[in-house]
Amino acid sequence: MSASVLTPLEATLRAKRDAGRKILVPYVTGGLQGWADAIRAAAANGADVIEIGLPFSDPVMDGPIIQEASQRALDDGATPVSIFEGVRTLDVDVPLVVMCYYNTVHHAGHERFASQLVQAGIAGAIIPDLPLEESGPWCAAADAVGLSTIMLAAPTAPDERLPRVCARARGFVYSVGLLGVTGERTELAATASQLASRLKKITDVPVIIGVGVSNSAQAVEACKVADGIVQGASVVRRLMEGGADAVGAYVAEVRDAIDAG
Amino acid sequence: MSISEKSIMSEPSEAGRFGEFGGRFVPETLVPACQELEASFREAWADPVFRAELDQVLREYAGRPSMITECYQLGAKLGIRLVLKREDLNHTGSHKINNVLGQVLLAKRMGKKRIVAETGAGQHGVASATAAALMGMSCKVYMGAVDVERQALNVFRMKLLGAEVEAVHSGSRTLKDAVNEAMRDWVASVESTHYCLGSVMGPHPYPWMVREFHRVIGSEAREQCLERYGNDPDFVVACVGGGSNALGIFSGFVDTDARLIGVEPAGGAAVGRGQPGVVHGMKSYLMQDEYGQVQEAHSISAGLDYPGVGPEHSYLASIGRAEYPTVTDAEVIEAFQLMAKVEGIIPALECAHALAWITREAPKMQGKTVLMNLSGRGDKDVGQMMEILG
Repeated sequence: MSASVLTPLEATLRAKRDAGRKILVPYVTGGLQGWADAIRAAAANGADVIEIGLPFSDPVMDGPIIQEASQRALDDGATPVSIFEGVRTLDVDVPLVVMCYYNTVHHAGHERFASQLVQAGIAGAIIPDLPLEESGPWCAAADAVGLSTIMLAAPTAPDERLPRVCARARGFVYSVGLLGVTGERTELAATASQLASRLKKITDVPVIIGVGVSNSAQAVEACKVADGIVQGASVVRRLMEGGADAVGAYVAEVRDAIDAG
Repeated sequence: MSISEKSIMSEPSEAGRFGEFGGRFVPETLVPACQELEASFREAWADPVFRAELDQVLREYAGRPSMITECYQLGAKLGIRLVLKREDLNHTGSHKINNVLGQVLLAKRMGKKRIVAETGAGQHGVASATAAALMGMSCKVYMGAVDVERQALNVFRMKLLGAEVEAVHSGSRTLKDAVNEAMRDWVASVESTHYCLGSVMGPHPYPWMVREFHRVIGSEAREQCLERYGNDPDFVVACVGGGSNALGIFSGFVDTDARLIGVEPAGGAAVGRGQPGVVHGMKSYLMQDEYGQVQEAHSISAGLDYPGVGPEHSYLASIGRAEYPTVTDAEVIEAFQLMAKVEGIIPALECAHALAWITREAPKMQGKTVLMNLSGRGDKDVGQMMEILG
């Protein structure tokens, strides 16, 4: 089964996957102190896509680390516009996507938000509180300008739902690793590999596991089934504790680990 | 069926919409749970066995029907006929018990073992803890750290009832953050847990289901007014935070000529000052900044400290069927004391908002019958008022 529309992001990721490379997606909270340098460090150390969080006042899918990062960024005055301005000066050559809550999109207006992303050079969007049934108006605006809307698939989804989620996904499918919010866990949940495996059977869109992939060992385990992994809280914690250099070192470590398999 | 073919305040559309408002804006993880809840509620609500079971527990445990009380002294003073619907006399002291008994009975029928709830003033938390104790379920209540402080007695009550209370320290540390934390819990525990949401808000089916569980307020009041006065009231007035007590009483009068008034606090006026937005699973009026960041509400009453409002209120406002004026904290403090001194009833601070509007607008309502939902008693607010009044 192939997606009906191949966005530039998806073409890039499919090519990497087909060449045998596992896709590494570090997440950085936009506007958090050091965020731009962290993105450059991640790009220089093996990231394939970088996910930039737009901080929101009520992040219901996020655990304590990303909540704190979002609050700090908001306290420092971060807005979607200030982050887009920062993104334009990044000068990195990996694709960038944003992770944002739907009210940020809704408030800006679908078309306007889509055009702001395009102007900032962003390739796609992950909107965790916009499920399939509510996604129509945004997806239409995103499709019209070639932006990838990365759909999330959850472990609770019945079999009949997953093909519909995959059919709507552009770029990659975000395979939610566990029942819960973002944050580091001591072990990779069994649900992570189970869901990725269900998705791999029904879609040719790259399947990337995020939420609860907390270190390089868990990344290796997840990549046995999936096409790649998102590293969120583990990256953001390093940025808050050790700055951009710590992020670069961590991304390099995960890169080496998943390359070695 | 399109919305226009249905009478107002019947079912929302298939997508859970009241006009453009409502919907189901939740993480994918929760979509199947919301669908299951919708199907279970639909099935239970049509099942005479479930309805009889709920009626029995409302009657024998909660103390329904709640009576109506005419305020002769206050009415004479204001030049109106003022009638109170006495939800304050329900077990646990507010209207919240109606919804909670319905939801916990439903959760049990669905095979859930645990409930989570958010609370602002603590009334919904107490009601949830009570229903969980009654029906043998475990219960965890999330409460903003600010509210934990100003409603210490209700925190202790919940603990006495066997619930675990967790103070929420994120964001504004009030009701909206308690909702966020309860949703995060539910995302992680959805297979065993029911989220017992306390107002007519959240993702579909909650706004509809919670309103149906409170419909009993309006149905009783309509019948009681007709029996006592031979006609419908001219005004039906209730306070609005999320808006459950208001929709409960409005539902009985939406097809009459009564003016429906939902009174918001000046510092938390979602309908009055908000714009359409999406948070907590629903599209509704929402207080937000120029980038869509949700703003903090500020009100003397913890139960109304909420920057959003139930989507059906947004719909009723948009079609002009209900009005949503605001009152200030100072007016509320006056009204609170007035009812205590003149009628011997200490109202919840939330309900004092409704009375504050009535006293202010009474000159324009001379000779009219005004039905007010006294949705909770003020015992929980006495400590706070003692500090304010010195």
